[in-house]
Amino acid sequence: MAGAPGPAPPAEGGGEARPAWDNKLQYLLSCVGFAVGLGNLWRFPYLCQTYGGGAFLIPYVIALAFEGIPLFHIELAIGQRLRRGSIGVWTAISPYLGGVGLGCFTVSFLVSLYYNAILAWVLWYLLNSFQHPLPWGACPPDLNRTGLVQECRDSSPVSYFWYRRTLNVSADISDSGPLQWRLLLCLAASWAVVYLCVIRGIETTGKAIYFTALFPYLVLTVFLVRGLTLPGAMEGLTYLFTPDMQVLQNPRVWLDAATQIFFSLSLAFGGHIAFASYNQPRNNCRRDAVSVALVNSMTSLYASIAVFSVLGFKAASDHGQCLDRNILRLINAFDLPEQSVSRDDYAAALARLNASQPARVAGLPLEVCRLEDFLDKSASGTGLAFIVFTEAVLHMPGAPVWAVLFFGMLYSLGLSSMFGNMESMTTPLLDLGVMPRRVPKEALTGLACLLCFLTSSCFTLRSGSYWLEIFDQYAAALNLILLAFFEVVGVVYIYGMKRLCDDIAWMTGRRPGFYWRVTWKVVSPLLLLTIFVAYVALLASSPPGYKAWNPQYERFPSRQEKPYPGWVLAACALLSFLPTLWVPVVALGQLLARCREKTRNPPQDGRPKPQGSRAC
Amino acid sequence: MLWLLFFLVTAIRADLCQPDAENAFKVRLSIRTALGDKAYAWDRNEEYLFKAMVAFSMRKVPNRETTEISHVLLCNVTQRVSFWFVVTDPSRNHTLPAVEVQSAIRMNRNRINNAFFLNDQTLEFLRIPPTFAPPTDPSVPIWIIIFGVIFCIVLVATMLLILSGIRQHRRVKILHCPFQASAVNNQCHFGKNKGPSEMEDTEDKCENVITIENGIPCDPLDMKGGHINDAFVTEDERLTPL
Repeated sequence: MAGAPGPAPPAEGGGEARPAWDNKLQYLLSCVGFAVGLGNLWRFPYLCQTYGGGAFLIPYVIALAFEGIPLFHIELAIGQRLRRGSIGVWTAISPYLGGVGLGCFTVSFLVSLYYNAILAWVLWYLLNSFQHPLPWGACPPDLNRTGLVQECRDSSPVSYFWYRRTLNVSADISDSGPLQWRLLLCLAASWAVVYLCVIRGIETTGKAIYFTALFPYLVLTVFLVRGLTLPGAMEGLTYLFTPDMQVLQNPRVWLDAATQIFFSLSLAFGGHIAFASYNQPRNNCRRDAVSVALVNSMTSLYASIAVFSVLGFKAASDHGQCLDRNILRLINAFDLPEQSVSRDDYAAALARLNASQPARVAGLPLEVCRLEDFLDKSASGTGLAFIVFTEAVLHMPGAPVWAVLFFGMLYSLGLSSMFGNMESMTTPLLDLGVMPRRVPKEALTGLACLLCFLTSSCFTLRSGSYWLEIFDQYAAALNLILLAFFEVVGVVYIYGMKRLCDDIAWMTGRRPGFYWRVTWKVVSPLLLLTIFVAYVALLASSPPGYKAWNPQYERFPSRQEKPYPGWVLAACALLSFLPTLWVPVVALGQLLARCREKTRNPPQDGRPKPQGSRAC
Repeated sequence: MLWLLFFLVTAIRADLCQPDAENAFKVRLSIRTALGDKAYAWDRNEEYLFKAMVAFSMRKVPNRETTEISHVLLCNVTQRVSFWFVVTDPSRNHTLPAVEVQSAIRMNRNRINNAFFLNDQTLEFLRIPPTFAPPTDPSVPIWIIIFGVIFCIVLVATMLLILSGIRQHRRVKILHCPFQASAVNNQCHFGKNKGPSEMEDTEDKCENVITIENGIPCDPLDMKGGHINDAFVTEDERLTPL
């Protein structure tokens, strides 16, 4: 096997060699940076907490072993073997499968639009963290300065800063409102930073990735050390990791574990294919796949420990303040000396007063303060980062420093994922030769970034955050699952399992074993199909709606549930199906083109029929 | 007789200052919360100071410049440190309207707070809302300054990269000459990261013939201080002139 000549690589266009990584570390860091993103920080800890703590790790590891790692290995293998971006790879495997590449390209485009909008929000918070006191710490006074702003008083300073001062969110998705210039500036800066880093493809991202991939680990370690020394951290951690095995009977847990692994590894974007295409042809992609996937999962665990120690501190601090408020009410009502009732004595003092003057005690607006209730207040996604964590940071001594570190970490986590998204767009474009040779790569990436910036400016409207949720839920999720299914089926059944195993043996020196073949042939496609069906069922079971922030709502600050208007539903449907539509469209187009060619030039004597022309 | 009058007067005065009396205000202090270890005890001297501050505030109101400390009555002092107070007119029979007292206190709230080392939250006048200080916004918000700094750095770096790209592009154009392509071959290899086993692959050798590796063009020999071997005949001299 070692002496056999390798399969001929696809011919390079023009006279230029394909760019290559400076060293293996750049490639590994790029893959890790693409896989490790915001979801590791704000989705995994939430899932862990909601689904019975340590017990969630069981479906998670199973999904990793039977779905995540096999799919990841396939992507790296075909990218490295065929040395093309996503569109080129699928066209090379079979012309009928070109639609898969186009679908991946479209999904990458849609995702990079809203992902960078999230990074613009993070940048806004980062810029506002360089002051003391932090602007989300206190409510601003209202116009005649007799009290605080009503909206802020009813909700909380942190929510007010997020919904009003940052998003300036409207009460309804149809009410678009004007573009918010602050967010537009941050979005422009965000795209400028992305352009600076991807300007020359992997030549520049390879240098930038050293910082953006490693900085988050540094900050996570700092937060971990700080978090573990804060009071209440241990309660948070025990609450997070206490396993509740009963929860495994709920099928929802398995679905969420599978989707989490899938999205966490950033599969089916085409980014890993693009990264692997710049590798040396003989590189052990199996080892890379396993190590990157494991690093991704370890990072999720590490991040959740750091996050939950801080959240445990926040819960303990909130609980203490709840007790303090109750104690103040008691002291004020019964004119007891200041600080005569400590937090530990509160229950005893309340019992004493209740025994002697129950009527007066009943008239007081005392809150119920239970630590479990505060620990239960979990959040995921933007809620965790911009509301819960920012509030936790307020209570830590030296708050601006921690805020800067936290948002800096979020920004570099997101930026390294953006590199993968942009690479999955620019690499196919460069391979296809969309621009003439004379036009330098800088111009192509510049044009791509400009186009994306102009399109994503719609997320800076007042209703932008509602649209972002739509994009996140409908544009990304379903399409990625379907495209991954087509990927596995296309590679295993159309490219051929034998050819794949031969290629991998040539590249890594060892044929894939039984585990790989079984998962590729049977387990992963079945799992993906099940996930797709379950996901569709889940989306269909609840009528699509959104939660609006409406100060006029009678149950404000609860968010008002509203259904989507008709035209928004049409947009959702379009986003859900358009990227995957490329697959049948291209296959059909290729079929028609072949038919037309066959009817125009019928094959002469004895010449073997070209492959795939069994129809017509 | 005198004793009777005295008792009458104190009774009237006691009637004027009662919890929930007309024009009476409740005050609540949280000294230990504000000052911690440096907290002072609330005694009659502090009460005297309080009466003085209230009288001072009332003297600033037009038509009330003759308010004396004795016109301010305190009652129901508790261990919480809370009490009620009223301000009477010079005849000591009526209390001053609550609106006047409220506006007077509001205008001098800062002085009263400072006299006791407290603030609006720890020295509460129930029913008298505090006036918030105007928000101290700097003329240019801080986030714009930092945004400007970051954006300028990014723009400058992008310009530098684009300019260096243009410069390399021009140098590559000079280099595209088949003779120099093979001669500078060896100089290209240090940019690549290949193991010795890969040099034997035939396909890799075919990829070696290009002058650009990793987008880094190979510098022409003369700029690297190398020597061009004049023994080789250059293109134009091959053809013998007629």
